[in-house]
Amino acid sequence: MGKVVALEGNQAAALAMRQINPDVVAAYPITPQTEVVQEFSQFVADGLVDTELIAVESEHSAMSACIGASASGARVMTATSANGMALMWEVLYIAASARLPIVMALVNRALPGNINIHCDHSDSMGARDSGWLQLFSENSQEVYDNLIQAVRIAEHLDVRLPVMVCYDGFIISHAVECLEVLEDDIVRNFIGELEPVNPLLDTDRFITYGPLDLYDFYFEHKRQQMEVYPTAKQVIVGIGKEFGSLAGREYGLYEGYLLDDAELAIVTLGSSAGTAKEAVDHLRSDGLPVGMLKLRCFRPFPNTEIAQVLSRPKAIAVLDRSVSFGGFGGPLFTEIRSAMFENETSPHLLNYIYGLGGRDIDVEDIEGVYKDLQRVVDTGNVERIINYVGLRG
Amino acid sequence: MPEMIEVRWHGRGGQGAKTAAYLLAESAMGEGKYIQAFPEYGPERMGAPMLSFTRISNRPIRIHCHVSNPKVVAVLDPTLLGAINVFAGVPDDGIVIVNTEDSPEALRRSLGVSDRRIFTVPATRIALETVGRAIPNTPMIGALVKATGLLSIDKVMEYTRERFTGRYGTRVAEGNVNAIRRAYEEVRGE
Repeated sequence: MGKVVALEGNQAAALAMRQINPDVVAAYPITPQTEVVQEFSQFVADGLVDTELIAVESEHSAMSACIGASASGARVMTATSANGMALMWEVLYIAASARLPIVMALVNRALPGNINIHCDHSDSMGARDSGWLQLFSENSQEVYDNLIQAVRIAEHLDVRLPVMVCYDGFIISHAVECLEVLEDDIVRNFIGELEPVNPLLDTDRFITYGPLDLYDFYFEHKRQQMEVYPTAKQVIVGIGKEFGSLAGREYGLYEGYLLDDAELAIVTLGSSAGTAKEAVDHLRSDGLPVGMLKLRCFRPFPNTEIAQVLSRPKAIAVLDRSVSFGGFGGPLFTEIRSAMFENETSPHLLNYIYGLGGRDIDVEDIEGVYKDLQRVVDTGNVERIINYVGLRG
Repeated sequence: MPEMIEVRWHGRGGQGAKTAAYLLAESAMGEGKYIQAFPEYGPERMGAPMLSFTRISNRPIRIHCHVSNPKVVAVLDPTLLGAINVFAGVPDDGIVIVNTEDSPEALRRSLGVSDRRIFTVPATRIALETVGRAIPNTPMIGALVKATGLLSIDKVMEYTRERFTGRYGTRVAEGNVNAIRRAYEEVRGE
């Protein structure tokens, strides 16, 4: 068992990075990620890590430096938010396609415009097709635990993909909470040494990264890359179990909360899952058969696992903290709906967009969503598939 | 203590309302409680009204939403009273602690409120006399601990000494510990 400390989410991330002691960190500060880089810079200045910290002039350069360092055989980490992630967009794809095990803390923030520094998931969702694995965190504890596991997942020889550990800007990044942290040597033993694969610095065996790849081979390479994601799911589950036996906190692709006998279910990501658990407890004490599914792993998307775990509820609300302009519902909704299509049961599936730009969602808001679901089950009538919660007017 | 207590701190940028929220939370953690603390992030300017929050609970805190109905409110700056409704969302039996030279009775009359439990403490004067600066945050913690009985004052002083000594040196730490003790002794209820 580790010791209990009070840290902000960003401090928890910086602490995990100190214990991981990466070879290279290249990053550019942006709200609400700034304290991650600020605290980690202090660790570098104090000689607490062996990391080469590269202060770059933009996020595009940050990710480019990460790619170069990772291809050379180094263990590499970075952190960003929203606009910073958007500026990395081109190179995010290169990191994944080159199968580089970079780990990033993504402090979720709304993309502009207009300018907003607060939380939503539009940055994560913009990168969902880039090839990165995406783990979402409910609280500071999960930020810390996910970052440590992400190193193992990314570097696993059957995976070799970059991983972003997402957590809610301000709500988690700038709130102090209790969490249990592990001893430095326990973290170091758990992550072990990076085993370089095709490192650029191996002068006995020269290789090329990122060559021209046209219609003669590009398609096959993309198809090959697709193969790794189902394997990544198994690796994530395996490492989550191993972490559980080490820390007493086991992780999987998702967490079900009172789902087994639930007839009304909510699916959500990130910090709102904790608020939803409180709502579930309230409504359960009133006798309502409610449950919640928190998705930890959005990429790879656990489609078959979700279809199975959601086979019982009669009505399901998917909560999206981002929108897909011109699409049919938010990104999480469309994926869940698609995953459920082959199920023999056909529950009512509703989408609730919430929390854009940091708009609060409280226990009462979530209870309202469950009550909507109850009405749908009672009447068999869905008034609107796409709904908004916490929206004025 | 009920299962969870929520505290709202009203201050102006630079008065240390965020530090107060964090110090109270971290002191409570030292007594085995589960905690959360966070400021409200709007446009941050020295002197502008700002809010911070503390949650203290006997069970792990899972919610991650705003504090809407705090049982306890601490007002670090009396000039906020005319500008902001510090009673918003506070239940009838809620506790409101204000940094002022006035008595609770006089404050109640001037605010025209009939319910809630009102406490007053001259936190700015105490801060000037102990720390030497008009930063009323630590005395407000002492007053809050007395008014609510939430925590042991000795533990709060011990934790403050430990945290401030490393960061600001012994003189500042002792000044703040004295500020907490004096406010604990001088806070007035009705």
